Amino acid sequence: MNIPTSRRGFLLGSGALMVSFSLGAEAQEGEVQAGTNAPQPTVTAIDSERLDSWIRIDENGDITVFTGKAELGQGIRTALTQVAAEELEVEPGEIELITADTGRTPNEGFTAGSMSMPNSGTSIRNAAAQMRRLLVEAAARTLAVAPESLTLQGKKIRSGGRSLSYGEVAAALNLEVPLAGDAVLKAPEALKVIGRDVPRVDIPGKVTGAPAYIQDMRLPGMLHARVVRPPGYGATLAEVDTSAIEAMPGVVRVLRDADFLAVITEREFQAVTAMRALARLARWNAGAELPDQADIQNVLRGLESEVGTVAEQGDANPSGDKVFEARFTRPYQMHGSIGPSCGIARLEPDGTLTVWSHTQGVYPDRAAIAEMLGLEPGRVRVIHVEGSGCYGHNGADDAAADAALIASRLPPGRPVRVQWMREQENAWEPFGPAMSITVRGAVRNGRISDFAFDLWSNIHTTRPGGAGALLAARQKSDPATPNVPRIQISPSGNGDRNANPLYAIPNKRILWHFIPEMPLRVSAMRALGAYANVFALESAMDELARLAEADPVAFRLGHLEDERARAVVQMAAERFGWETAKLGPGRGKGFAFARYKNLAAYLAVAVEVEVERETGRTRLVRAVAAIDSGQAVSPNGIRNQTEGGILQAASWTLYEAVTFDRRQITSVDWSSYPILRFASVPDSVDVHVIDRPGEPFLGTGEAAQGPVAGAIGNAVRDAIGLRLTDLPFTRQRVLAALAAG
Amino acid sequence: MTVKLKVNGTVHEVDADPATPLLYVLREDLELNAAKYGCGLGQCGSCMVLVDGEATLSCVVPILALAEREITTLESLGTQDDPAPIQSAFIELQAAQCGYCIPGMMMSAQALLQRNAAPSDQEIRDALRTNLCRCGTHMRILAAIRRAGEMMSAQAPANRRAG
Repeated sequence: MNIPTSRRGFLLGSGALMVSFSLGAEAQEGEVQAGTNAPQPTVTAIDSERLDSWIRIDENGDITVFTGKAELGQGIRTALTQVAAEELEVEPGEIELITADTGRTPNEGFTAGSMSMPNSGTSIRNAAAQMRRLLVEAAARTLAVAPESLTLQGKKIRSGGRSLSYGEVAAALNLEVPLAGDAVLKAPEALKVIGRDVPRVDIPGKVTGAPAYIQDMRLPGMLHARVVRPPGYGATLAEVDTSAIEAMPGVVRVLRDADFLAVITEREFQAVTAMRALARLARWNAGAELPDQADIQNVLRGLESEVGTVAEQGDANPSGDKVFEARFTRPYQMHGSIGPSCGIARLEPDGTLTVWSHTQGVYPDRAAIAEMLGLEPGRVRVIHVEGSGCYGHNGADDAAADAALIASRLPPGRPVRVQWMREQENAWEPFGPAMSITVRGAVRNGRISDFAFDLWSNIHTTRPGGAGALLAARQKSDPATPNVPRIQISPSGNGDRNANPLYAIPNKRILWHFIPEMPLRVSAMRALGAYANVFALESAMDELARLAEADPVAFRLGHLEDERARAVVQMAAERFGWETAKLGPGRGKGFAFARYKNLAAYLAVAVEVEVERETGRTRLVRAVAAIDSGQAVSPNGIRNQTEGGILQAASWTLYEAVTFDRRQITSVDWSSYPILRFASVPDSVDVHVIDRPGEPFLGTGEAAQGPVAGAIGNAVRDAIGLRLTDLPFTRQRVLAALAAG
Repeated sequence: MTVKLKVNGTVHEVDADPATPLLYVLREDLELNAAKYGCGLGQCGSCMVLVDGEATLSCVVPILALAEREITTLESLGTQDDPAPIQSAFIELQAAQCGYCIPGMMMSAQALLQRNAAPSDQEIRDALRTNLCRCGTHMRILAAIRRAGEMMSAQAPANRRAG
C-alpha cells in the first residue's frame, strides 16, 4: 500500500471530536465500519431505511450513532447525542456520533433550514427507541422474564440480580433490520438527558488548540494550493505566462484549465506568494458589466419575469383614511465566515476521489463534484469536517470543488489543501439576495382589514444541484452551466419565506415578483427571504398599530390566534418590561414577532436602541427574546443560537451591504464590509426558552433573524419619530432621514 | 534560510523565508492550531498571539521581526485536562458557537488580564477592538472574560499561571 497509514495529523482526536478521517485504503481493510467484518468498498451506499445505518452497538457495547447532518457551530453534535442517549438510557459521553460522510452516514440532504433537530433529531430518536426495544425484547427472552420487568442502566439490562450487557445482547441480534417507525418514545416526564444543559462536546478542544476544523487538517504528503480567480463575474482568461511562476520556490505546478487557474506548492505561504505573482501576470477579458449599485433595486424590479401568488384570501384592497404604504429594501449581504473556505481532496490509487469539506450537504456536493469530473457519484466520497460558521451557502462547496479538480490532476496519494483568501471569500461567495417589498395595509375599526404584500426577489437557493453550482466547474474546459432558476412556492417558503403574515387578516394578497436573472451570485443565507419579509411585515404592523392607536404588543396579540405565538409575545413583553420601561433621551423601544416559516419556531423580541442625532449612530442597547422551539433538547444551546441570531441580525440591520462597481465586488475585506464590533455590542441580551415537552422539535437557528430587524426598525421609529425602510440603518442613512425630517 | 523563534518557551529553528508571516510558521512548521487564518490583513483577530505579553496579529508580522521575542500561543496556557482560567471560563460559560474566532479572543483577553485581572467592561471591549465574531457570541465572550478575571484574581499570585 503506498498511502501512509499514520493517523497523526489527520485524526482530529482531542476527545471532543469524533470525526475520524479514514483513508479509503483503511476502509478496504475493514477498519472503519464498526461491527462489521466484511471488507468495505471505499464508497458504500447507505440505506437510510435500515436501523444499522443510524445506530450500531458492537459486542463491546460501544455505541455509534450516524447522522447525515453536519456540525456547523450550532451545537448539533451535542444535541443529537443527547437525543440518542435519552432513548438508549446511557450518558451522552457514551455515544460516538459520526456526522455527514457519504461513505458512512445516511443521506439527509443539506444541514439547513433549521431542520437538523426536526429531521435528524427525530430520526435518531426513533431509531434509538427501536434499538432499545430490540435489546429489551432479546434480553427478556434470554432471561425468560417479561420485558416490562427489565431496567436499563450503565449499558446493562437488569432483572433482579441478573443482568446482560448491551454488547452481549446486541452481538446476538440482527440489527440489519428496517427502521420500524412505530417505536415508543419515552414519555416527557421520564426524560433525563433531553432538556438538560449538557456542555457542548466540542468546546474544550476548541479553546485549547486541538485540531477542530478542516483548516487544521494535515494529511501526510499534503500539498497547498491557491486559486487565482477572475477580476469579476464572467471574466475569461485571455493569457498567462506561467513559466516564471513555475520557477518560484516550492511551486510544484501551475494548473490552468480554460479559465481555472491555480498554483500548487509544497508549503502554504509559498502558495500565497505564487498566487499573488500569478494574479499579476494573468490577463483577463472582462465579463458583463454589473448594474449600478445606486439603482440596484429598480434594476432588479425591471428584471421581473413572472408573479407567483404566495397567499390570497378575501379581496385585499387597502383603502380608506387609515392606510399605510411603504417600500422596503434589503441589499445584498454576505455570510462573511470568519474563516475563509477550505477544501481538501486526494485522488486514491484506485481512481476514486476523497474530498473533505465544510459543505452543508455532502451528498449533493458529491453529485456535483462527480458530475464536474465525469465520475460516477460512487467514485467520490465527501466527508464533512467542521469549518468556520457558515450561516448558509458560502464558499464551502466551491473550495471543495477547487480541491477536487486540482487533486484529480495530481498523482494518486497526494492530497491538496485549497484555502480561500479573505478577498476571495468576500468576492465569490453567493450572497443573500437583494430584495424589495411594497406593503400596503389598511386599518378599520382597530383591526387590519386589508393587507397587500408584493416582494421582488431572486430564488434564494442555488446550492448544488449539479456541477453548474460550482465555480470551478464553470471555469474549467467543458464547463457546466448553472441550473435555470425557477420560482418555487412551498409551505416553508424561499424568497417568499414568512411573507404571509401569521396574523388574522380577512383580506390579504401576497405576491412574489420573481427575478430569474442574478447580476450578483446569490444563494441561501440564514432565514432566506424571511429576514427582509419579516422586517417589512413587522415594520408595517407597527405603523398599522399607530393608525389603530393601539399599543404594538396589544395590537399583535389582537391579531394572533395561535396560543404558542401569543405565549412568546407575552413573555418577551413581560421580561422586557414593555409597559413600564423608562427610556432615556434618544432611545426607543421596538417589538417584533414571527413564527419561522409559519410552521417552525416561534420567536418574539423586544429591543431598546439608542440613536445619536449628531452622528447618526444607532446602537442596540438591549434585547429580550422569547423562543418556543418545541421540545427543548438543550435549553442553553437554544439560548446560545438565539443570542447569536440576535447579534448577527443586528449587525446585518445596522451595518451590512455588499458593495460593487460596474466591474467587480468591492467589499472584499472587513473595512469595506463592516460588521458588528465590540464597541457596539449591546449591554444585555436575554433569551427565554419556552419548553414544550412532548411536542416535535421545531429547530432554532434562524428564528431571530427577521424579528430582530423588525424590532430595531420599530425602536428607531420610536426614538426619532421616523420610519427607516432601507437596510442597513447606516449613520449616513439615519442622518439623511433626520435631515429630511 | 533558518530563523530562530521562541514559541511557548521553546526555541525552534525554522527554515522559512524571513518574510513569512508568523501565523504560517505556527500552523505549518510547529503544527499549532489555535492561531487561525481569518483575513491575512490584521483586521479580524483570529490569528492573535502574544509577543512579549502583547496581543499581536500573527498574520501580518513577519518572522524576521521576532528573533529574541517571547511568542505565546493559546496552546501553552493550559490543556483540556488542566485548563487555564481563561479556558475554564470559556468552557463554563459555553462561550462559543463555531468557535473559530475564540482562540484569538482568548489571547486578546489574556494580554489584558495579565495586566489587570479586574478590568472594566469598557476595558474588555477596548481589548477586543480588533477581534471579530460572526456567530454573535459577543455577550458570552464578554462574560467569560469577566469570569476568567475573577478566577485569576482568586489565584494566589505565586500560583498564577505563566503565559
